[in-house]
Amino acid sequence: MIKAVMVMNTQGKPRLAKFYDYEVSLALPSSLSSRAENVSNFVEADAIFGLDSRLVYKHYATLYFVFVFDSSENELAMLDLIQVFVETLDKCFKNVCELDIVFNYGKMQTILDEIVFGGQVLETSSAEVMKVVEEISKLEAASNAITFVPKTVSNWRGR
Amino acid sequence: MAGPSMMETLFQRTLEDLIKGMRLQLIGESAFISKAVEEIRREIKSTDLHTKSIALQKLTYLNSLHDVDMSWAAFHAVECMSSSRFADKRIGYVAASQSFNESTPVLLLITNQLRKDLTSVNEHEASLALECLAKIGTVDLARDLTPEVFTLLSSSKVFVRKKSIGVTMRVFEKYPDAVRVCFKRLVENLESSDPQSLSATVGVFCELAAKDPLSYLPLAPEFYRILVDSKNNWVLIKVLKIFARLAPLEPRLAKKVTEPICEHMRRTGAKSLMFECVRTVVGSLSEYESAVKLAVVKIRELLLEDDPNLKYLGLHALSIVAPKHSWAVLENKEVVIKSLSDEDANIKLESLRLVMAMVSESNIIEISRVLVHYALKSDPEFCNEILGSILSTCSRNFYEIVMDFDWYVSLLGEMSRTPHCQKSEEIEFQLIDVGMRVRDARPELVRLARSLLIDPALLGNPFLHRILSAAAWVSGEYVEFSLNPFELAEALIQPRASLLPTSIRVVYLQSVFKILIFCVNSYLSQTETLADLEPEVPDSISQRENSEASDLASVRALFEREHDEAFNPGVLDRPSTDNSIEDIGNAADGDGQTSTFVSFRKNGFTRESIVNLVNLVEVAMRPLSVSLEVEMLERTCNILGLIEVLKRELPAVFQNEKVLEKEELEVLKLIKLMNDAFSEELGPVSTSAQERVPIPDGLVLKDNLADLDEVMGDVKLPSSSSFSLESPYNGQRMDPASCNVQSKEDSEASSESTSLLAEHRKRHGLYYLPSEGNGTISNDYPPANDLKSGDTNQDDTEDFVKLTAQSLVSKKKPNYAKPRPVVVKLDEGESVPVVLKKRDSRDDLLSGAVRDILLGDDAVKLSSSIKGKEKVNADPLDSKENMHDMENSSHRKSSSRRSKQRPHRKERGQTNPEKLGVEKEEHGGKVKSKSSHRHGRQKSRQKAEGSSDIIAETPVIPDFLL
Repeated sequence: MIKAVMVMNTQGKPRLAKFYDYEVSLALPSSLSSRAENVSNFVEADAIFGLDSRLVYKHYATLYFVFVFDSSENELAMLDLIQVFVETLDKCFKNVCELDIVFNYGKMQTILDEIVFGGQVLETSSAEVMKVVEEISKLEAASNAITFVPKTVSNWRGR
Repeated sequence: MAGPSMMETLFQRTLEDLIKGMRLQLIGESAFISKAVEEIRREIKSTDLHTKSIALQKLTYLNSLHDVDMSWAAFHAVECMSSSRFADKRIGYVAASQSFNESTPVLLLITNQLRKDLTSVNEHEASLALECLAKIGTVDLARDLTPEVFTLLSSSKVFVRKKSIGVTMRVFEKYPDAVRVCFKRLVENLESSDPQSLSATVGVFCELAAKDPLSYLPLAPEFYRILVDSKNNWVLIKVLKIFARLAPLEPRLAKKVTEPICEHMRRTGAKSLMFECVRTVVGSLSEYESAVKLAVVKIRELLLEDDPNLKYLGLHALSIVAPKHSWAVLENKEVVIKSLSDEDANIKLESLRLVMAMVSESNIIEISRVLVHYALKSDPEFCNEILGSILSTCSRNFYEIVMDFDWYVSLLGEMSRTPHCQKSEEIEFQLIDVGMRVRDARPELVRLARSLLIDPALLGNPFLHRILSAAAWVSGEYVEFSLNPFELAEALIQPRASLLPTSIRVVYLQSVFKILIFCVNSYLSQTETLADLEPEVPDSISQRENSEASDLASVRALFEREHDEAFNPGVLDRPSTDNSIEDIGNAADGDGQTSTFVSFRKNGFTRESIVNLVNLVEVAMRPLSVSLEVEMLERTCNILGLIEVLKRELPAVFQNEKVLEKEELEVLKLIKLMNDAFSEELGPVSTSAQERVPIPDGLVLKDNLADLDEVMGDVKLPSSSSFSLESPYNGQRMDPASCNVQSKEDSEASSESTSLLAEHRKRHGLYYLPSEGNGTISNDYPPANDLKSGDTNQDDTEDFVKLTAQSLVSKKKPNYAKPRPVVVKLDEGESVPVVLKKRDSRDDLLSGAVRDILLGDDAVKLSSSIKGKEKVNADPLDSKENMHDMENSSHRKSSSRRSKQRPHRKERGQTNPEKLGVEKEEHGGKVKSKSSHRHGRQKSRQKAEGSSDIIAETPVIPDFLL
């Protein structure tokens, strides 16, 4: 299963941190930025995340996308999954950059929740994910619109 | 009342405001956060759910990225979860999944809310509840919500169904009995036409099979069908992972799946799937020669890729295949060895592991040599990786692959001198371990110890101190093998030894003590022979000794035991010693000392040399006798005491008189006694030795020792800094009283040490930097690896390739001139204790439940269909029949199997999930509503019919499909 998903910038500031395994601690691997560009994307992570942990990361512009997983996942498939995640973000924000991710924390989490569910990969098509994310946004917007007006009105009346 | 609420609503900062504010803040991030939390604490108390939820959202954000505590807001999260507005509900659920754990008290309150949302018509609400359950599901939640999950497992909405499949993993893990309810539906989903549900189901089975593969063996036919039919790479990868775990358990299954896996390997364009096929073959199907060959071809493709990820994974796969098929590594050895100088640390490390996997007793020498050479040129981290792997490989199983210990000892020396070497602890251990275990290696060890101790440059490198400690110990313990003990003693008391920490310095001092005694004893026994003592003398000695027995009571036994052999005139304690020394003497040409060997043996322990040594040691020890370190003080006093005794009792020696007086035999005896005590051989100690000591009666081991802390609290670790680097004599400043007394000696000592320096320089023509040098590491330590040009590196690589090619290809064992020396091993109890992995009882429950479902149910159904006494007999018979059927049907395609099997009513439960599915359809909706009830009944029935259960549960590996 996937143990953790993290997004952080090149300075090591976390932008998203989601843990599916309670034993995993919040120690972000800060050594990533010291790695050269053209080397493999795997880091031996047993020391940080416990036995049978692998870590794979991908570097996009100012952001590192980090997935921690165990032997039930395929390393290359995880790299592909990062790609799916980033593609979805890109579709969602139209040329995603770090600021989009900073200001749309909630949305990013929604996207991730659609792809990874309790440590399991449930969706690998970014189109499907986008569909769901839009539905959820609509639902949220609708619930806000409906409730906001009556409440304000009732407040006036109550006065 | 409404006023403040509306104000809050209108002017509340949203999450976005918070993030923006944090980016613009000028007061410092932590101050900003604590202000924000204060605000949140106020807002979250609002009666307006919308205000509350936004506050909670902000808190969740701060908790996730800035580690702010949010456990106090648990109840607010529950409130938001119950909101009728989706946005608020979602915030509540996210907060709950993020912050709740087993010990959250309000967890009990959410069961009903979860149940309500799980059954909601809004699929997104159900999805929220499922996500929450997957993350924080406890035993209680899993138990109470199992029926709802069961219902959702056959939901018509794929969106919900796939998530409910995902949640079963958590539910099973927490509440194994849920298996009895949900498992069949889960299995049904393996046949789902919807790719998402299928993918989710396979993922769940992959996780379950990772914990306990045996239980899922009966589902092999389903997985096989997916393996053959599916086109989805994600699903295939997961199925391959399942087979990688099932195949080792059932050889027929392995045979069956090999071909389809090879087919995928050949056909697929996806590297991930290809790699997974390779890994499955090399990991679990390594007996199938043709499959492994194909896999190795694919590995080679990976190795030749430019993408470092693929190269790394290729090497990784190679390291899996290496233990069973070393030819695979040989075929790719060039790539492997070239990867040693790759810029990617992962690749380097992986290829190092592979190189070490190729090591055998016939090529260890060459490989180690080249690797140490590599280490010289690598970055410090990798250098230590190399050294570490050489050390661990060579020491494996009591130095199993080391044939030539002289070589190994010199290799240890070479490694110690490698710049960046940080493996001193391991080297220290091995130097001592080899010394204790391998008698034949001792002369070489002493030689190595000499060369390490005598090199003053090494003293400045703190990483080497541990090694020097081992060298000092070796030189003291095995001094009888030394060509020139005087030199060793001088090296041990050299001025720069003051750079060492106290803990190591004391080892030096103890070794000086041992060497001193050895020298004096050797000299005296020599003189004894020369003086041509009467053979009766030993008797008279022992008589006299007896008369003084009361004084020496404690050591007498030891003396009595040993004095017979010890007093053999003209021979050292160990008759073997002389021979072995001569061996080295002859072997050690070019050492510059060989020529002096014979003369040393004859004139070695001359009176002058002994006097000289004693004086030298005394001079070096004097300043240490005021050391502040207790350990050092004590050992120095021991040495000085010995010297004093010598001088008083042996005036003949020190006052230039040739004849040994009778009274001096007293001290001779003493020296012999001490020498014998030190000659007692120290052996390796088994790690389990302590356990084998019987506990004496009346000794309470489990006494509470807490009050010891108070006593121990006062004891402070000696600080190494208390001994100054600049001057070893600074103790005097602390002690003005002794200043006058010692001032003369002080000047004498310093002049003496400079003359000592000069002497050493003359003798070795090297080393000994001025002792007034500040002793920092940087100056006097040889510069770190000067990087050679890439060309030479390349050459080295090619050399290595050739070398290993030769040594690896020629499988014949090289003939060593001498046989492998004996390595002392203790009983097998010394081997590393195997830690038995204790299985989680919950896992056992889970697998038990799964087996009940897959195997146990049959017994129930069988026994219900076959009546009375026949039951027990019928079972094996029946299964045979089934097997027969299966064998028949295995020749047909899986699609025809179903129809063929349908008429056999009695085997309908025979672990065939397809059949179960059919049965469900027949019963329709009834099953759904009643199922949990029915399973409960079955359970009790199973208990009642324990005997048939046992028969069914003994691993009946179903034969179908194979």
